[in-house]
Amino acid sequence: MKSILRFLNNTRVRSIGYQVILSIIAFSFFIFIINNASSNLVDQGIATGFGFLNDKTGFNIASSLIHYDSSSTYLRLFITALLNTLLVSFISIIFATIIGFFVGIMRLSGHPIASRIAATYVETLRNIPLLLQVFFWYFAILQPLPSPRSSIEFINNFYLNNRGLHFPSPELSGQSGWFFIVIIVSTITILYWYNKAKKYRIISGKNKKKSWWALHLSPLLFINISAYIISNTDLHWNFPVLTGFNFEGGAVITPEFFALFIALSTYTGAYIAENVRSGIQSVEKSQVEAGRALGLSPFNIMRFIIIPNAMRVIIPPLTNQYLSLTKNSSLAAAIAYPDIVLMFAGTALNQTGQAIEILLMIMLVYLLISLVIALLMNIYNKRFLLVEK
Amino acid sequence: MNIKKIKSRYHRRYKQLYKQLFGGITNAALTLGSSYLLYLIIPPIISWAIIDANWFGSNASDCTKAGACWVYISAWWQQLLFGQYPSDQLWRLVLCSTLFITLLSALLLHKKLHTTQQKKCLLLAILCYPAIAFILMYGGFFNLVIVETRFWGGLFLTLVIAVVGIVSSFPLGLLLALGRQSKLKMIRLFCIGFIELWRGVPLITILFMASVMFPLFMPQGVNIDSLLRVLVGVSLFSAAYMAEIIRGGLQAIPKGQFEAAKATGLSYWQSMFIIILPQAITLVIPSIVSAFISLIKETTLVYIIGMFDFLGIVQFTASNSEWIRYTKEGYVFVGAIFWIICYSLSRYSRTLEQEPLR
Repeated sequence: MKSILRFLNNTRVRSIGYQVILSIIAFSFFIFIINNASSNLVDQGIATGFGFLNDKTGFNIASSLIHYDSSSTYLRLFITALLNTLLVSFISIIFATIIGFFVGIMRLSGHPIASRIAATYVETLRNIPLLLQVFFWYFAILQPLPSPRSSIEFINNFYLNNRGLHFPSPELSGQSGWFFIVIIVSTITILYWYNKAKKYRIISGKNKKKSWWALHLSPLLFINISAYIISNTDLHWNFPVLTGFNFEGGAVITPEFFALFIALSTYTGAYIAENVRSGIQSVEKSQVEAGRALGLSPFNIMRFIIIPNAMRVIIPPLTNQYLSLTKNSSLAAAIAYPDIVLMFAGTALNQTGQAIEILLMIMLVYLLISLVIALLMNIYNKRFLLVEK
Repeated sequence: MNIKKIKSRYHRRYKQLYKQLFGGITNAALTLGSSYLLYLIIPPIISWAIIDANWFGSNASDCTKAGACWVYISAWWQQLLFGQYPSDQLWRLVLCSTLFITLLSALLLHKKLHTTQQKKCLLLAILCYPAIAFILMYGGFFNLVIVETRFWGGLFLTLVIAVVGIVSSFPLGLLLALGRQSKLKMIRLFCIGFIELWRGVPLITILFMASVMFPLFMPQGVNIDSLLRVLVGVSLFSAAYMAEIIRGGLQAIPKGQFEAAKATGLSYWQSMFIIILPQAITLVIPSIVSAFISLIKETTLVYIIGMFDFLGIVQFTASNSEWIRYTKEGYVFVGAIFWIICYSLSRYSRTLEQEPLR
């Protein structure tokens, strides 16, 4: 008896015991779930597995970056919807960052009116649910706009109506592909030379002479111009024209995209503004004074002293904001922007009934996006880390 | 005698303000730009919300002026606050919320309680409250009519989901946080996996899971109430965030405290509950309040899976052809209420940060 008690009180035995118990509970829970699910699926006549990805969807999508029509497969729907999610997240991230930095710096400006406007902006937007803001932009602002027939033309050929913002899109003809390849290659070359010149400056303390730049850049310019002429590239604008009840031609920003984009970027911008503010406030005053003592201009103090120092504090919360923005883009489902949640967890799930596979795929995608953003921001963060000698 | 001093002080302040507003080109430009912005924004809002607004009436046809139609709120206030809850049973919800507010204010003023007996009474009341609230809201006991959860709605539903979510996520989050720091590898891995999985996906996918995937996982014939499924999903979701908050608190406790607890001969659970957790949780109360704020805001998502919470009711009124033009008023009203709740909570958490509870 005593030996059994001693055996049970042994810490190693106990720790192994706890882990075994946990694994058994988790395992039996999974078995329970899977059993129920499979019998339920059989009962309701729902197929299992990922075979449905090769089936035709039979429905169309409101806006897509790649070609998609009703005879495309579910896999293609998945990619199209994912691209829509990435598109709205990416553009909103850029604008949220700009708004955030602008408002954050404005709040610290010390100017009585400007800093109060910034503070009001931040406190108002942060304390109102994002979904409400999305609804407000979509249902209260964009939906009551006039119909295409009486749309507002505010710049030449820019039309605003309840179907979206129609504007002329540039169109290229001729062998323009070659021309673009040349442009991309020359941009890379210029970046390479710029880095080389920078290294030279850091090592020698001297700038490259203007003649060096002229010698390198002029042949590049010549190549570009001749490529433009040879490829017969011609740029012309495709104007939106009112035909029947809607516009044709040109490009369009749909109200769904616009409402989601505005709400996401202003809401996340308010959060980023707070991060920027705390980051800048964390820079020690003596650093700024030292910069001033060196004779740097206020702009250069901002650029070389405050921003790099503040970035170290700003980046980790900024990463979190980017992550939550990407996750929040799933609110698209509420206003029918065809993102991955609406098209896949909504329409595709209703069509196929394969809830488990579809939700697993969506969760996996979001986990992957989170991982990628975290990874990219870590790489970016390393550039700003203190180099300790 | 002091007049001179006061005068010079005001003079100085006036000069300083003048310098801030018009000293230098940048400041002058900022002043002009921001004043113009205010001029663009504020007068239209005031004329819409106050001067041109329609204040009295009973239906949408009473709104004849160009501004806001606040008749909307007097027409829909009951739905906005309580959803489709039967009118003759509303006293139950009123009683419930009065009790809630009383308990909350008692809790906030708990420092003023002197005797331990009073404190014990308060604790008992708080522990009993969920049962009382459930009986009042749902009914089924003491001759109270059962009100099914599909009739629940409005601000009431929003608060139920948010409060239940945050309260029930606390014990689970605590266990997960402890598990994540555990020396036992299996438990640690399990907790890390759980936390990161739930934190990595948006709440909306979890709500979809609760509404379409949970029923598939249940044995046949078992039907769980849809609100209960949502509550489980929301609790698990916020438990993952709660776990990370509590972990932050645990990491802030100096190592000496753990060692001292061990040296005193306390067991793991004793040392946690007597020494470590009281300190760690006190440290993270402000973060818990901000988690609560974001949960309140995120509960609006339940509208997407077909529940009519506070915001959902506004969408519901938009399907009424008489009121469809006045959703803006609904959004402004709902937004204002959310703003008041969230802003006061965030101010409260800021005061907590400045003087921690001890």
